[in-house]
Amino acid sequence: MLLKNHGVFERHTMVLVAGILVVISIGGLIEIAPLFKIDSTIEEVDGVRPYTPLELVGRNVYIREGCYTCHSQMIRPLRDEVERYGHYSLAAESMYDRPFQWGSKRTGPDLARVGGKYSDAWQVQHLRDPRSVVPESIMPPYAFLADNEVDTRHIDKHLLANARLGVPYTEASIENAARDLLAQADPMGDTAGVEERYGADVNIRDFDGDPKRVTEMDALVAYLQVLGTMVDFSTYEPEKAENLR
Amino acid sequence: MGVAHMAVQSTGSGTLKGYGIPGQRPDVIFAAVVCGLGLIWAMAVAALGYEPEMRAQGWIYGTGFVLGLFGLAIAGSKGHLAVDETRYNDSIIKWGVGLSTFWGIVGMLVGVVIAAQLAFPKQLYFEQFGFLNFGRLRPIHTSAVIFAFGGNVLLATSFYVVQRTSRARLFGGILPWFVLCGYQLFIVAAASGYLTGVTAGQEYAEPEWFTDLWLTVVWVAYLLVFLGTLWKRKEPHIYVANWFYLAFIVTIAVLHLVNNAGLPISPWSKESYPLFSGVQNALTQWWYGHNAVGFFLTAGFLGIMYYFIPKQADRPVFSYQLSIVHFWALIFVYIWAGPHHLHYTALPQWAQTLGMTFSIILWMPSWGGMINGLMTLSGAWDKLRTDPVLRMLVASLAFYGMSTFEGPVMSIRAVNSLSHYTDWTIGHVHSGALGWVAMVSFGALYCLTPWLWRRARLYSLKLVETHFWLSTIGILFYISAMWVSGIMQGLMWRAYNEFGFLEYSFVQTVDAMQPYYIVRAFGGLLFLAGACVMAWNLWKTAKGDVRASEVADETPAMAQPSLAPAE
Repeated sequence: MLLKNHGVFERHTMVLVAGILVVISIGGLIEIAPLFKIDSTIEEVDGVRPYTPLELVGRNVYIREGCYTCHSQMIRPLRDEVERYGHYSLAAESMYDRPFQWGSKRTGPDLARVGGKYSDAWQVQHLRDPRSVVPESIMPPYAFLADNEVDTRHIDKHLLANARLGVPYTEASIENAARDLLAQADPMGDTAGVEERYGADVNIRDFDGDPKRVTEMDALVAYLQVLGTMVDFSTYEPEKAENLR
Repeated sequence: MGVAHMAVQSTGSGTLKGYGIPGQRPDVIFAAVVCGLGLIWAMAVAALGYEPEMRAQGWIYGTGFVLGLFGLAIAGSKGHLAVDETRYNDSIIKWGVGLSTFWGIVGMLVGVVIAAQLAFPKQLYFEQFGFLNFGRLRPIHTSAVIFAFGGNVLLATSFYVVQRTSRARLFGGILPWFVLCGYQLFIVAAASGYLTGVTAGQEYAEPEWFTDLWLTVVWVAYLLVFLGTLWKRKEPHIYVANWFYLAFIVTIAVLHLVNNAGLPISPWSKESYPLFSGVQNALTQWWYGHNAVGFFLTAGFLGIMYYFIPKQADRPVFSYQLSIVHFWALIFVYIWAGPHHLHYTALPQWAQTLGMTFSIILWMPSWGGMINGLMTLSGAWDKLRTDPVLRMLVASLAFYGMSTFEGPVMSIRAVNSLSHYTDWTIGHVHSGALGWVAMVSFGALYCLTPWLWRRARLYSLKLVETHFWLSTIGILFYISAMWVSGIMQGLMWRAYNEFGFLEYSFVQTVDAMQPYYIVRAFGGLLFLAGACVMAWNLWKTAKGDVRASEVADETPAMAQPSLAPAE
């Protein structure tokens, strides 16, 4: 039938275009559309919160430097991966990630649960000169991050854009974004606001060892240190019906 | 036709079909308005941009639009805006051939550099030049080879093929030039952005929001040029190569718009956040990513196959019916395959299984197309001995068949649990990208250059032969190294010792990669060398030279094609 009547497509340009559009739409619609509707796409967990302003800046540094080209953030439920990296990744853990950073290649190790595994000092030294702490490493050096002071002028707009897309930042967190950003890296300052808005578990310290200013190194280390630490696995029930996917 | 021809002789002689006084032609006005508005926007960004990188992008776009306006003014004053409807627009394709060659070498050079960085990190990273780190160069490599090299090859060949098979000049007056130049601006803006830290951070969709918007404008113009040319065709039927080009143009538009949907934090900022997050973002991205392979790197280049192989072999396409089945089956099945990039991730398993199933089915239409191409040589197989250009085209099909078999195998969940995150994926991509995409592109460029510059033959067939072997051996070094390193690393990650502990730390598995990374860089270097040989050969051909040692050879395969359609 198709073969006999195919002349229709060959004689009429717009029929061909319409045919192409129909044929390429089916697969995408069936696979992608349900993900927005089905409740079981994302598990119910406790503890996942939006990134603090400092962590968000760090995340944008991570993206800008193309860290995702060598590091995944997605632990698969395979025995060796769970033993090497920790609990397999949940969809809920990246539900505020825009863009997602699951990655596609592990030239370096997975970072989904790197938070808290190393000290800040180790992270800073490793970023400055990877081979000084891991001689076999093939990672590039990122010492220059410690020289780049974070520009706090537009951070509220970052939070606002995320809020408009559905990330639950409150009005207070948007208003206080710049203040929270600086406060998270200054344990001597007034940190009550950060704790109030992002929880008592949030890491508040001078991450890069340079208390005088807040640098991209502070931001990136703050981001790395929170990775994979948000979910409260003591209350997570993987076998519950709504968590089975 | 004669009337239209007259209309372009002088600016005052009429306005037939919109090809009259340049100042009144919609295509000229469109290009001028876009460049003018673009320039105003770019100047504003250069002044008001939040980040220094954004202001730099303003300067780059501004330079591009100024060049565009200058180009229009100069072309207008010299009468080059005139359109001769009786002739094919070949000069744009000549530029496309040159740009393809240039970007191919740039992209492959960056590829060799980053391959060497992984092999020799101590020597090739510089603390004071952070922008030369792997993470910033890698998107330049992927974008340069896929979108700059591949994209220009597709622009050039589609413009050539649609004109010949429709027996009509490219539609839209100077609109094709707008597409070609606008596309180069897109490339320069995107690449300079990656280098300075302007990136959306989604693989193969890294340009930021304003560059995405610019590409949208260019792409709509491209679709219009292509459709417009089909509309004025003098052949009743649309030739099969054009189905594939059309599917490529239409689908890439859909993919681009959906996957890049997002919200900038301000019109003056380089920063934006995508509409989708987490798992939905992941599937949309790999729906895009895999179909960038399926429609940019496959459907578009199958368009090349369906024109250049029959033409160079001087045989009709093997089977018309197979072409029909191949076309619809390929575009229907490809679109489902994305989730195989997300096996064992937090993507729901039903989606993974669907993706795997269709990836395996995809083997059939892929090989259907390969068979249709290969069997086109029926009765002309002897030409493989005498015509190295045809050999290049056919070898590309062999690599296509190989990587479209490897792909379905790797999409099986059990295999993928080993191959995912390893160099095996990189090897697979390159057997397709070097073996299929680049080789079929080289073949097309070798065909186009003598045809366009009206030369009886290429400068040197021996150098084509040299190129063929440099490429083929380079690919073999590359993919063998990646097979070994990928499978080895995958096995090392999951190896347990007799006490039930993981045998290797991660960095031990990195250390074990070094010899293979050296071999890979060497393979890439051979491939790059081959491309440089081609550039020299094409340059000399365009100049009209014939290599002294080959002057006496008779090469009938390089004969001039007639202006008749291929089918």
